[in-house]
Amino acid sequence: MAIGVKVMKRPTEQTSYLRATLKGMALTFSHLLRPKVTMQYPEEKSSKDWTLSSRWRGTHRMLTDEQGRAKCVACGLCPQICPANCIKLVPGEDEQGNRYPLIYEIDEFRCIFCGYCQEVCPEEAIHVGVHYENSEYSRDRFVYDLERLTAQTHPVSTLWDPSDPKGE
Amino acid sequence: MTFFLVSSFIKMFVVFNLIMVGVAMLTLLERRVCAWMQDRLGPNRVGPQGILQPAADGLKNILKEETSPAMADKTLFTLAPLVSFVPALVTFGVIPFASPLPTRWGVVPMVVADLPVGFLYILAISSLGVYGIVLAGWASNNKYALLGGLRASAQMISYEIAMGMSTVAVLLLAGNVTLSQVIAQQQHGLWFVLPLTLGFVIFFVSALAETNRLPFDLPEAEAELIAGYHTEYSSMKFSMFYIAEYSNMVTASALMATLFFGGWDIPFTHWDDTGDPTVLKTLLTLAAFSLKTFAFLFTYIWVRWTLPRFRYDQLMALGWKVLLPLALSYITILATAIWFIRVQIGWLYGPGMALILLGVNVVLLVALVWWLDRGRIVSGIAEEPA
Repeated sequence: MAIGVKVMKRPTEQTSYLRATLKGMALTFSHLLRPKVTMQYPEEKSSKDWTLSSRWRGTHRMLTDEQGRAKCVACGLCPQICPANCIKLVPGEDEQGNRYPLIYEIDEFRCIFCGYCQEVCPEEAIHVGVHYENSEYSRDRFVYDLERLTAQTHPVSTLWDPSDPKGE
Repeated sequence: MTFFLVSSFIKMFVVFNLIMVGVAMLTLLERRVCAWMQDRLGPNRVGPQGILQPAADGLKNILKEETSPAMADKTLFTLAPLVSFVPALVTFGVIPFASPLPTRWGVVPMVVADLPVGFLYILAISSLGVYGIVLAGWASNNKYALLGGLRASAQMISYEIAMGMSTVAVLLLAGNVTLSQVIAQQQHGLWFVLPLTLGFVIFFVSALAETNRLPFDLPEAEAELIAGYHTEYSSMKFSMFYIAEYSNMVTASALMATLFFGGWDIPFTHWDDTGDPTVLKTLLTLAAFSLKTFAFLFTYIWVRWTLPRFRYDQLMALGWKVLLPLALSYITILATAIWFIRVQIGWLYGPGMALILLGVNVVLLVALVWWLDRGRIVSGIAEEPA
């Protein structure tokens, strides 16, 4: 014997290629007729089995007050906590002594979407959003300025489950 | 003469294009059926239900960069896809695909060339296909490609024998190697699948191996040999191998339909093969032939997405220790039975003879299944415990 292949001793039902083949063919054919699980993405973004979680952390959004100004008071907590160092903030002050951001930019490429900026924000101004489609034709379009951040309309992330806020 | 030449050229053109379109649709069908079997949808974006996907694939393959390995044998490397591509198409030339078509200038037989040696021609040409694969493996100068090529040659030669042997039974019954006569014989009696069930089973398994489809796709074996013989091929050359594989499938399916399932015969009626040829008959018989071929093509795909690949020793054991002795003893038994019925009883081929042979086949088939159903193939060449 040229090649000795060690074969384990098993009962006939388990080693019968014939039975296994027929069983397999029946199985694949039954799958042919079953409902398909594919979600047709661009047309269909959620199904009854699957939706984007309200805790999804995606594209940022800056909330605004009644006058349409950004709620941000340029306290500097978000660039401080940001582990990816992707937030650029230059604070300014008006005549009444109210602080506001002169420049507020988030580099979506550097961002790791941890959501710390939203957690740390005392004014509930910056948020991560339930949104994931942010493709662009050039790289510099990925640095979102204040105007673009306030213009976003998608829902903001809840970060925690509202029915179970402590995560129990 | 002019009529013959013109009609032959038209038939060649039409058949070539139909096969090419069929192959393109088959690649799409393969992907979609595979997806359905895995509870997915498959490619459905290009055109309605993905019908234009093959066109997109073709365009992509033409536009892709063609790479050529530095150490490859350039001549053979270019030649190999052609050598595997041409026999796959040429084989189809002798298969009749519909009843004769009446035209204003005469009746056109619906076969590109009704060779008197039709079946021998198929055996001869289809074994040429292996050269393409072996040459591809050799010319690539790549160890995996070479291994794939070697496996292909070993496998195709082993299974060719069983395949040839299993068809001897058909020729015994038909008494002719012209495929149109084989079909005519089946129209008078019963389809050969009934009196030659076991022969069909052997032919089917060998045909799977001959076309390098799973569970016999050892020449490709992407898990072991990357992609076997076409590892080094890219763009249109790769595509040619792909087209060759699918054309081989079409030819093998058409051959199974012709040899065992009555070719273009419409079952349960003699309307299609008696009386004057009409256009309607041609169209309906063409539909019947396509349907039978399609059924086998679907089975090919179905088997591929069900069964895992054989181990190499299992493949060889199945070919040489099971199929070859089986085919040989089958011919012996069948030849004896046919001789007995023809000479001792004096019947010609007809329903009576077919039914007696069917009885013989059922007995043999039951015995075979009983014998196979004990894990011998999976055990491969390991020693049976004494």
